[in-house]
Amino acid sequence: MEGIVYLYNEIKRVQNNSFPMKILVCISHVPDTTSKINFTDNNTKFDQNGVQYVINPNDEFGLTRALWFKEQQGASVHVITVGDAQCEPTLRKALAIGADEAIRVAVPATDGLVVAKALAQIVSEDDYDLIIAGRESLDYNGGMVPGMLAQLTGFAFVNTCIKLDIDHGKALAVREIDGGKETIEVALPLVIGGQKGLVEESDLRIPNMRGIMQARSKPLHVKELTPVASTATTLSYEKPAPKEAVTLVSGVDELIDLLHKEAKVL
Amino acid sequence: MSVLVYAESDQGIIKKIAQELISYGRALADQLGTTLYVAVMADVGTQNLAQYGAQQIVHIEHEALQSFSADAFAQAIAQSAKSVEAEVVLVSSSANSRYLAPMLAVGLDAAYVPNCTQLPLSTSPFQVTHSVYTNKAEATTEMTSAVKLIGLAKNAFGVSHFEGTAQTTSLTPDLNPSKCHVSATDRATDKVMIADAEIVVSAGRGLKGPENWHLIEDLAEVLGAATACSKPVSDLGWRPHSEHVGQTGKPVASNLYIAIGISGAIQHLAGINSSKVKVVINTDPEAPFFKAADYGIVGDAFDVVPELIEKLKQFKTLNA
Ligand SMILES: Cc1cc2nc3c(=O)[nH]c(=O)nc-3n(C[C@H](O)[C@H](O)[C@H](O)COP(=O)(O)OP(=O)(O)OC[C@H]3O[C@@H](n4cnc5c(N)ncnc54)[C@H](O)[C@@H]3O)c2cc1C
Repeated sequence: MEGIVYLYNEIKRVQNNSFPMKILVCISHVPDTTSKINFTDNNTKFDQNGVQYVINPNDEFGLTRALWFKEQQGASVHVITVGDAQCEPTLRKALAIGADEAIRVAVPATDGLVVAKALAQIVSEDDYDLIIAGRESLDYNGGMVPGMLAQLTGFAFVNTCIKLDIDHGKALAVREIDGGKETIEVALPLVIGGQKGLVEESDLRIPNMRGIMQARSKPLHVKELTPVASTATTLSYEKPAPKEAVTLVSGVDELIDLLHKEAKVL
Repeated sequence: MSVLVYAESDQGIIKKIAQELISYGRALADQLGTTLYVAVMADVGTQNLAQYGAQQIVHIEHEALQSFSADAFAQAIAQSAKSVEAEVVLVSSSANSRYLAPMLAVGLDAAYVPNCTQLPLSTSPFQVTHSVYTNKAEATTEMTSAVKLIGLAKNAFGVSHFEGTAQTTSLTPDLNPSKCHVSATDRATDKVMIADAEIVVSAGRGLKGPENWHLIEDLAEVLGAATACSKPVSDLGWRPHSEHVGQTGKPVASNLYIAIGISGAIQHLAGINSSKVKVVINTDPEAPFFKAADYGIVGDAFDVVPELIEKLKQFKTLNA
């Protein structure tokens, strides 16, 4: 797939990097953070009963950053998800807050590599400059799709990205590292694993009536693909055993004594 | 066939999570009846990695690997894995390993399962358990790729000690240049990092304002702990985002987590739940954190914390 990047560079050279960016935002459709996590069918399936689905929070920060690129630099913003028709309301929400087009890849999202390969296939059929995904999804916590997608397409990759600016095909990205941050200079095309910091919590958008109405007439393409075989199959789930009751202590001396002698952490 | 661990180092020193990963790798190699190879960057020199369980050491030598670069490191580790015909490759849960692992997985055409919490349930078929839904559940997953990449959850295994020595071989990988150029690094060297900390002292909105955080910093200092905070505290700008822990912030898996003036919302608890011992200090006995904690004090942080700092100083002098 290195050929994609070569072609990309040729096109950009001819166009002198000065035309609006084309951005793809990868969206994961996940249970709301307050959801009770339960399993059915002999603990083999996630119990969807009463569960509300939302745009994965890390992806929502990235989507909002993409919308700023649209408003400030004229970028176009596509959103994409891999999954069944149940994911469509989540894509409609992304359209309602400002994305231009949505794509649903009709492939079961069985594991990270299957999802990344499906996304890479779609990316290879278009000419995206920037792909923004979330650092990890709140359901499987795999944190693997963005990096795999970058490797499969030959795009550069910056993970745990907390700030991103792009000018004339060159990106300046700030990445969170253990104990600090680093600034990275990198040329497009680029994949970002984003999180809070790309925009702040207060910058996130709630769809308004007008946006919701407009979203109904925006394109939502459904792409059928033959998925690659999964090599990581989840067989069952288990919930942790209920916790023992807290030991309430009356004072600081007793606490230190218990942490030292009983818990052995001091 | 073999097992390969990528053991991370920081300025030439093997990290604690890497020691743990080597011990895990050794237990897995023993389970499979094979040899444990440990890949390290050359600046690690001749440290005794056999004491943690290494049997063979692969020194990776290349000038492009002097500082961390995810795509270059992923290529180098993939080549090390191929050179020793590794069937299982192991990485940690540090930010850098989480960054390079997906690229490494594609390079090895391997299935990748992060957040593994124990040794595989079985190696034929190859089944691992790993935490999902931000520690609200565990999954059992069967891996069928020829090469398997496993990420070990933080603080999940512990360091074991071994006698003996390990042989070292060198490998100079053939690298494509990194696409990313790091132009500046800003890292506090005097602070304990949440990722490495054995103890984390965390505070919430109950602390009333940033001007009161000296209490948290003083307590952290006596304990040699990292400081952390709840999400609203970072959203309000009282503390930097890098201290935000929980489901949408950093995960915490320390030995001791002390929560001060934090209510214990489900999103907060999800991210810190894999800490071994949890202590809560809160004025409200109904705060949900009391249901998740091991020890609790119902009390005002402004009274309890200063006393705790003083008493801990005395405790440290007595037990020094
Ligand atoms: C999508 C989403 C994701 C989220 N992700 C996270 C996350 O990752 N991490 C996170 O932390 N939150 C997260 N939250 C927010 C979470 O729901 C809570 O709002 C938040 O954790 C509450 O923070 P807090 O405990 O500091 O504040 P509060 O809930 O206001 O609690 C303050 C506590 O301090 C106690 N208190 C008051 N005065 C004192 C005193 N003098 N001494 C002792 N105790 C005192 C009170 O009794 C109270 O229990 C998320 C929310 C959403 C919707």
